[in-house]
Amino acid sequence: MDAFTTLKGIVLPLDRANVDTDAIIPKQFLKSIKRSGFGVNLFDDWRYLDTGEPGMDNSGRPINEDFVLNKPRYQGAQILLARKNFGCGSSREHAPWALLDYGFRVVIAPSYADIFFNNCFKNGIVPIVMDESVIDDLFKEVEANEGYELNVDLEAQTVTTPSGKVIKFDVDEFRKHCLLNGLDDIGLTLQHTDDIHAYEEKRKQTSPWLFS
Amino acid sequence: MVGKTLYDKLWDNHLVRIDDDGTALLYIDRHLVHEVTSPQAFEGLREAGRKPWRVDSIVATPDHNVPTTDRSVGITDPVARLQVETLDKNCADFGLTEFGIDDIRQGIVHVIGPEQGATLPGMTVVCGDSHTSTHGAFGALAFGIGTSEVEHVIATQCLLQKKSKNMLVSVDGDVSDGVTAKDIVLRIIGEIGTAGGTGYAIEFGGTAIQALSVEGRMTVCNMAIEAGARAGMVAVDDTTIEYVKGRPYAPSEAQWDAAVAQWQDLHSDDDATFDTVIRIDAATIQPQVTWGTSPEMVVAVDATIPDPANEKDEVKREGMQRALVYMGLTANTPIEDVQVDKVFIGSCTNSRIEDLRAAADVAKGRKVADNIKLALIVPGSGLVKQQAEAEGLDKIFTEAGFEWREPGCSMCLAMNADRLEEGERCASTSNRNFEGRQGRGGRTHLVGPAMAAAAAIAGHFVDVRTMKQAG
Repeated sequence: MDAFTTLKGIVLPLDRANVDTDAIIPKQFLKSIKRSGFGVNLFDDWRYLDTGEPGMDNSGRPINEDFVLNKPRYQGAQILLARKNFGCGSSREHAPWALLDYGFRVVIAPSYADIFFNNCFKNGIVPIVMDESVIDDLFKEVEANEGYELNVDLEAQTVTTPSGKVIKFDVDEFRKHCLLNGLDDIGLTLQHTDDIHAYEEKRKQTSPWLFS
Repeated sequence: MVGKTLYDKLWDNHLVRIDDDGTALLYIDRHLVHEVTSPQAFEGLREAGRKPWRVDSIVATPDHNVPTTDRSVGITDPVARLQVETLDKNCADFGLTEFGIDDIRQGIVHVIGPEQGATLPGMTVVCGDSHTSTHGAFGALAFGIGTSEVEHVIATQCLLQKKSKNMLVSVDGDVSDGVTAKDIVLRIIGEIGTAGGTGYAIEFGGTAIQALSVEGRMTVCNMAIEAGARAGMVAVDDTTIEYVKGRPYAPSEAQWDAAVAQWQDLHSDDDATFDTVIRIDAATIQPQVTWGTSPEMVVAVDATIPDPANEKDEVKREGMQRALVYMGLTANTPIEDVQVDKVFIGSCTNSRIEDLRAAADVAKGRKVADNIKLALIVPGSGLVKQQAEAEGLDKIFTEAGFEWREPGCSMCLAMNADRLEEGERCASTSNRNFEGRQGRGGRTHLVGPAMAAAAAIAGHFVDVRTMKQAG
């Protein structure tokens, strides 16, 4: 996992609530056994006018010009501004993989579905939670100003707007530590091997049927 | 001592260690694996030179991607075939138990776990699938995880977790005849919303939940995730224990009494406190039909499609308007006037034997309406299919004009060939009515199995209770 420290990037506003992971990356692309290459199919149903299939040459597909991802002013966006309950539905980690592969490293929304939220941290994406009123203001500012960028500083837990306004956000300490250092969870957990063995020995005594 | 909730007990029983900031290492007893969310995890293990911590904790089966038509020809889609073969290879290489595509025990992972007794009361159960909450029906702590976590559990038998808050949804009283577990859970979601349970573990309780069979409880817990909760659960009682007894993975006879004694404690203490309590009067629950593109967009079958003009919240109103356009519906139309094109009876929500019996009860001696292009019955497992055939249900369905298929996830998520075409409308017993869920441009209405069968016969939504009287 790539470490995340600071990022200054273009913001893309996705103005709809309850965006589910099947909208982020439709099911037909889940047949892949790889972690990469999902970016071209990010928001596939909304982004293209035809039905996408795995292995298709996406360069020649008809584009939905009305969809925000296709607007020239948002090209190169690295920060996704979203509405509440973002990432609901299927647990597919292909959703953060697709966001990351497209170039997003930060999502800002009033709330997330738990599994998606968790999956983001495992892939170096920072899912930032902000109050709905703050999000409303950000949507207005992004839409009113072409080339609108935010500056995200994970260490300081701040988002700075072009006008210099600083917005604080909360992040779990452990997850922040892992993100800042690009740490692998499994390696960290395996430092507690003795604890896991001790737990298992105790459980084998009290609930032996779980080990047969 | 302060009383504990069922979730508190399950959490405490699986705590390996906990840091000062509340980050816990939670031990996982059962890991269910399928072909779609596991290949990258196994690849990660190989790259890091890691081995599974406990191979006996893992049960694998292909379900999302498998064809439901004649399997003797194999999987014709080469991309899907590679994924299923990759699961086979990974299970063989790492020494894991797999119910492969030709095994009678193959099926939807959330159907076969309980069916085999691989899901037991008091367990922690995880799977790279959001509907893992299903297994909470056994008084287990069960939740869906991402692929990185699949890899983490295989390598360490543990997960890094923070404790959720406690919510009790209590459904009390008697439901009227013809109202099923699916109607109960759709009504709950309609009431608390798709994000109402976010950050919570939900315990479903009350006399109406206790009165449900274990299969019905699975339907309710299955959709906890559609209310935003990763985990849903029901306390253990005699119904649970009776269901588990004698199943292949259940405790042996020598260990049975000790296990049951331990399971008896798997309920919330009388003095336990919940962060949130929701109470619903069971008598007010009618058969439910979703009308929009989120499971919370649901009404009783005798209602009309809601009018966004009556919604004060702007984001919600826009969501409703978008949903009506996508669904091709007009506000204030009676639900019973909505015609359907396809019917799907199956999925981890409603593909068990009781679901098939309920649908067959409606289909018996009747014919699928002429306007229905396809009415699919997809059993949840090879064993459910076998049982249904032993009871003659397959004959009832095929004589009525339904198609009788092989087990798998099928048209619930439409990864295989079973899907809706653009604009097609479906009465579906699955769990999600999101845009494109059953195929790009497809329009999904979530209902229970009897209601789906009734829609197939009538050609439009209809209150199954009136149909039964007529029949």
